[in-house]
Amino acid sequence: MEKEKKSEETGKPSDSENPLKVNRRHFFSQLSVGIGSLALGSLLIPDLLKGKGDELLGQELGIPNFAPKAKRIIYLFQSGAPSQLESFDYKPTLDKRQGEDLPESIRNGQRLTGMTSGQSKFPLMPSAVKFNQYGESGAWVSDFFPHIAKVADELCFVKSMHTEAINHDPAITFFQTGSQQSGRPSMGSWMSYGLGSENKNLPSFVVLTSRGKGNSQGLYSKLWSSGFLDSKHQGVLLRSGKDPVLYLNDPDGLSRSDKRHLLDKVSSLNKIHHVETGDDEIESRIAQYEMAYRMQMSVPDVMDIKKEPESIIKLYGEDCQVPGTYAANALQARRLAESGVRFIQLYHQGWDQHGGLPHEMAGQAKDVDQASAALILDLKQRGMLEDTLVVWGGEFGRTNYCQGKFDLKNYGRDHHPRAFSIWMAGGGIKPGITYGKTDEFGYNVVENPVHVNDFHATLMHAMGINHEELTYKYQGRRFRLTDVAGNVVKDILT
Amino acid sequence: MYTRQRILLVFVLVLSMVLIWGLSKGVFASTTENYADVKLPDIVSYNFDIKPILSDKCYTCHGPDVNERKAGLRLDQEEDAFKELSVTAGKYAFVKGNPLKSEAYLRMVTDNNDDLMPPSESQLHLTTHEKELIKKWIVQGATYEKHWAFIPPKKIQLTAKTAKEWEQNEIDGFVLQKIIDNNLKPSPKASKETLVRRISLDLTGLPPKSEMVKDFLADTSNEAIETLVDKLMALPSYGEKMAQAWLDVARYADSHGYQDDNYRSMWPWRDWAIHAFNKNMPYDEFLIKQLAGDLLPNASKEDVLATGFNRNHPITQEGGVILEEYRSYYVSDRANTLGKGVLGMTLECAKCHDHKYDQLSHKNYFEMYAFFNNVKEVGFEMGVGRATRLKHYADNPYITISDEDAEGVLSFINRKEGTSVNVMVMNDSLPRDAFIFNRGEYDDHGEQVYPNTPEAILPFSDALPKNRLGLAQWVIDPNNPLTSRVFVNRIWASIFGRGLVETLGDFGVQGSLPTHPALLDWLAKDFMENEWDIQNLLKKILLSATYQQSSVATEERKATDPENLLLARAGRFRMSGEMIRDYILTTSGLLHTEIGGPSVRPYQPDGLWKETTSGSGILAKYVADKGDKLYRRSLYTFWKRTSPPPGMTIFDAPTRDYCEVNRQKTNTPLQALALQNDVQMLEAARVLAQNTLANSAHDDQLVQTIFKAILIRTPKIEELKVLENYYLDAKIKFGKEKENAEKLVSIGSFKKPETDPVKTAALMLTAQVIYNLDETITKE
Repeated sequence: MEKEKKSEETGKPSDSENPLKVNRRHFFSQLSVGIGSLALGSLLIPDLLKGKGDELLGQELGIPNFAPKAKRIIYLFQSGAPSQLESFDYKPTLDKRQGEDLPESIRNGQRLTGMTSGQSKFPLMPSAVKFNQYGESGAWVSDFFPHIAKVADELCFVKSMHTEAINHDPAITFFQTGSQQSGRPSMGSWMSYGLGSENKNLPSFVVLTSRGKGNSQGLYSKLWSSGFLDSKHQGVLLRSGKDPVLYLNDPDGLSRSDKRHLLDKVSSLNKIHHVETGDDEIESRIAQYEMAYRMQMSVPDVMDIKKEPESIIKLYGEDCQVPGTYAANALQARRLAESGVRFIQLYHQGWDQHGGLPHEMAGQAKDVDQASAALILDLKQRGMLEDTLVVWGGEFGRTNYCQGKFDLKNYGRDHHPRAFSIWMAGGGIKPGITYGKTDEFGYNVVENPVHVNDFHATLMHAMGINHEELTYKYQGRRFRLTDVAGNVVKDILT
Repeated sequence: MYTRQRILLVFVLVLSMVLIWGLSKGVFASTTENYADVKLPDIVSYNFDIKPILSDKCYTCHGPDVNERKAGLRLDQEEDAFKELSVTAGKYAFVKGNPLKSEAYLRMVTDNNDDLMPPSESQLHLTTHEKELIKKWIVQGATYEKHWAFIPPKKIQLTAKTAKEWEQNEIDGFVLQKIIDNNLKPSPKASKETLVRRISLDLTGLPPKSEMVKDFLADTSNEAIETLVDKLMALPSYGEKMAQAWLDVARYADSHGYQDDNYRSMWPWRDWAIHAFNKNMPYDEFLIKQLAGDLLPNASKEDVLATGFNRNHPITQEGGVILEEYRSYYVSDRANTLGKGVLGMTLECAKCHDHKYDQLSHKNYFEMYAFFNNVKEVGFEMGVGRATRLKHYADNPYITISDEDAEGVLSFINRKEGTSVNVMVMNDSLPRDAFIFNRGEYDDHGEQVYPNTPEAILPFSDALPKNRLGLAQWVIDPNNPLTSRVFVNRIWASIFGRGLVETLGDFGVQGSLPTHPALLDWLAKDFMENEWDIQNLLKKILLSATYQQSSVATEERKATDPENLLLARAGRFRMSGEMIRDYILTTSGLLHTEIGGPSVRPYQPDGLWKETTSGSGILAKYVADKGDKLYRRSLYTFWKRTSPPPGMTIFDAPTRDYCEVNRQKTNTPLQALALQNDVQMLEAARVLAQNTLANSAHDDQLVQTIFKAILIRTPKIEELKVLENYYLDAKIKFGKEKENAEKLVSIGSFKKPETDPVKTAALMLTAQVIYNLDETITKE
């Protein structure tokens, strides 16, 4: 089915700004411009006068395809791949059989990274941290995550995730874009393309980054790139410094009223030139300058946590007052969600524990545990958890055998694509359940596998999008986030 | 109930108003009527007239997809379309020369709704014009053709048209024909002020110098434009402009990419590209050297350096990767780059399976892959830590450029004295067997394959060696239908803002059809006949009346041709991020015109590299350069793949992770912020204000002077009034707030003689207003 509006000549959306804009402008230019005609226009196109033009984009694409459960997503990406065996996938067998070689029948041809392919033995390594069951659901959570344990009944643990890549770059690119090779649009860009923005003063896809002390892997702007989609769908990195958006601040010596005055002159000269050249792109430029001017207010406003009460600071932890920390970003995520940002992506670096896992992972967990749980509680108390989908997880799992020297207190784990755990909460996801199962070694999925494509299909479904129908034609082919695969995991949906 | 009635009433009212409006404007008139005036072509073309109709309206049920096919009828292939119909014996879909025996045609024009094709429930309809086209095509013999882009270009003779006096060269005949067919007229010639700016931007990427403008405006001869073109093409900035575009195609970067993204020293290859354009190296030679310079008989070091083109792909330094997996990525990348950047083919679509649309098989892909598979390289040479310790910035194979080279054959390289530099290059010193990868997986080998090219494009001659040199010769073979077309089309797009084929990287079945096929072919053929002379091609385009039209879009032209497909006006579009920055550096007098050398680090917001780095390598933190290096042309700005220069990406530059041939031209609030608040922009406004104040005797000339410096034209009275009032207001305001004036004029590190801070601040902001105008960042 052909969803995108395209010009017959090019096969691309005919107006980069908004497929309907040309029509609306055309519409107005054909009517006598008076308040009567404006009212008429707004009757035909709801929200026209409210400035929520982007929502029309979704209508144009025929989206939502069905009633959405979630209006927005907060994705707490744990970059570097946290171990499932020290977080949520409890495997007592590893204690019982510690030090034994991983049975060949279990490994079953799994390729290895260059890190451990030289090892002669693959000794099973138990978790250095204890597990307990929590809540009515009885979910298993390790002692690294005491706060997450307390909200276990709000969460849906998926223990049967699996992916195709075994190195960070392709794996994280796969999670973000549905392809291991770079160049495809990020998940957030697809959502922005499909659903538009709920706030005309903020971008629809926002990215926040933080870094723990653990072994880090790089991030790259391509992870939030819009690929071949219009660059307005690209993730905007909100930074922790004084310039949360690049070039947001006016220079010293220039006041807000000076800026207004300057922009008025730019506008009036642009208007003169518009009349002379007849190029409507100039009108669009004027509008973008106005949006930029509004962002100079709205972005610092949404990022300013001074108005947050003491109780909220306590909930997220003192760290949330330190810009650039995961806790600060988690609080920021809630504020952005409140302001109508469609897709909020956090990255916390430092989860790549090839060695020193017990110590490093304790630190990483401390960075994120309280604030992740706080975000769930905070959204819930505001009634926003119902329509906000929260995801927590990394790009693959870690091996059940030891990398490097066998030492129960200080060991490492290599990359493992075949089975790992994530959790989701809110926005159409069943709370208090565990989905999928690994074998007693925690190596293979034995029940309800969830591939990355399935995960993408499920997120889109929660947002009211049929993943097979949100496509974009590029270089002669219709692309979608899930490429040619993906099944919605219906069992975890409310 | 009452509310419901009201809603209904409003609805009816609204509906009737819309209907009245619509009827009066004719918007509900059937599409058939729109074609009433368009006459049928003398010779109906299968590729341009018929195939688009069949493809849109018939292929769903009578096309390649066997699962959807109805009545066993297939219209996309010639042999099937003329077969006896399997469901109606003795009847045929098409009968050459006889529409009334052609069942497909009869079903398109029937009055019987049960028989009508396409069926009414499909929501597809054929217009009267389309039916007439099909009828005429059948009458003329219903010939099928190869895909248009696979037929080598031919020069066709044009029939004479009216308005001959408008034409300046061959290009114009082709353009005029379409304009007249659509009842339009060409636009008047652009003003000389517009032309001098346009031509300078197109040839050098920079605005013209004031002496050049003065000379050009004073030159009233018929050859004024040609003289200007010749002068500009002789400038070194010409080569820089041409190289800039090639860097996207060649995915050039100063870092390896992937997650550690450490430094690589590839910049001498970039210097070579500038040099090649500046000496107007023919395009065929330019390609041969880059694809296979190392295999040329008596290859010089320059020839080998050129092959760095094949090594510009990302390379991983992530410990623990599987070597063969990554090596196969590099080989694929080379084949894909040749496909998209040179042949305009989406080769990579055939990596996992036969191409769904084009005649490229899975086997074809790996036969192309085989050409690039013999380099003595590994998927992972060393980790980022070790590479940093050893200062290892070029993976094998590489060449070292010595003092001797830099003074001799490679004198075009801007090398700092006493330092040798390594550059990655290509070789064939490790022949490997190549296989089809099942589903594209590097570790799932299928049938063994040997170097070969897709026969649908042009069979690989037995006379050619089965290596990259043979491949390069195949690429530039005059019978290769793609190479020349793809290049002239890209040059055309850089000048007009849109290619004659809009999909610059896809000349396949799913790509766009050319708007002016005969013109594209004429240009492609002429380019080859003139020995692939790039400057000759550019000159031809720039000296055409088509190019020299005004870009003003009148209401009539906008209504008939909103996207300017007919070229009845010149293109008007935003410049690239590089051009914008260079424009601002030039007009403010800040530009430092040194050519080539290691990439430089101009201003960049703090912390960008740090935010994304893994922490390893020498590119973990960005430290801006000082002095002249801040003001070099943008193609020398350091390109780190995981965090490319924001001033470029905000204006749609690609990441350079892979070959890209087309940049979008978006219009976003982030662009507005960059133009207002980037230190580089503010500093330029400040320096321009200071230069102007230092050199102008009269205050009343100040605003006019900066206006002319930036926009290369005299302001109109109303424009000048707005700006002069603004300047005076600002002067009064800053007179009261000296401390703010001081703050503003201290922006940037460029030192200038002291000028009055109040006047400087006021004039600087006036310059800021002009720098932020749409016109300033637009080629008109």
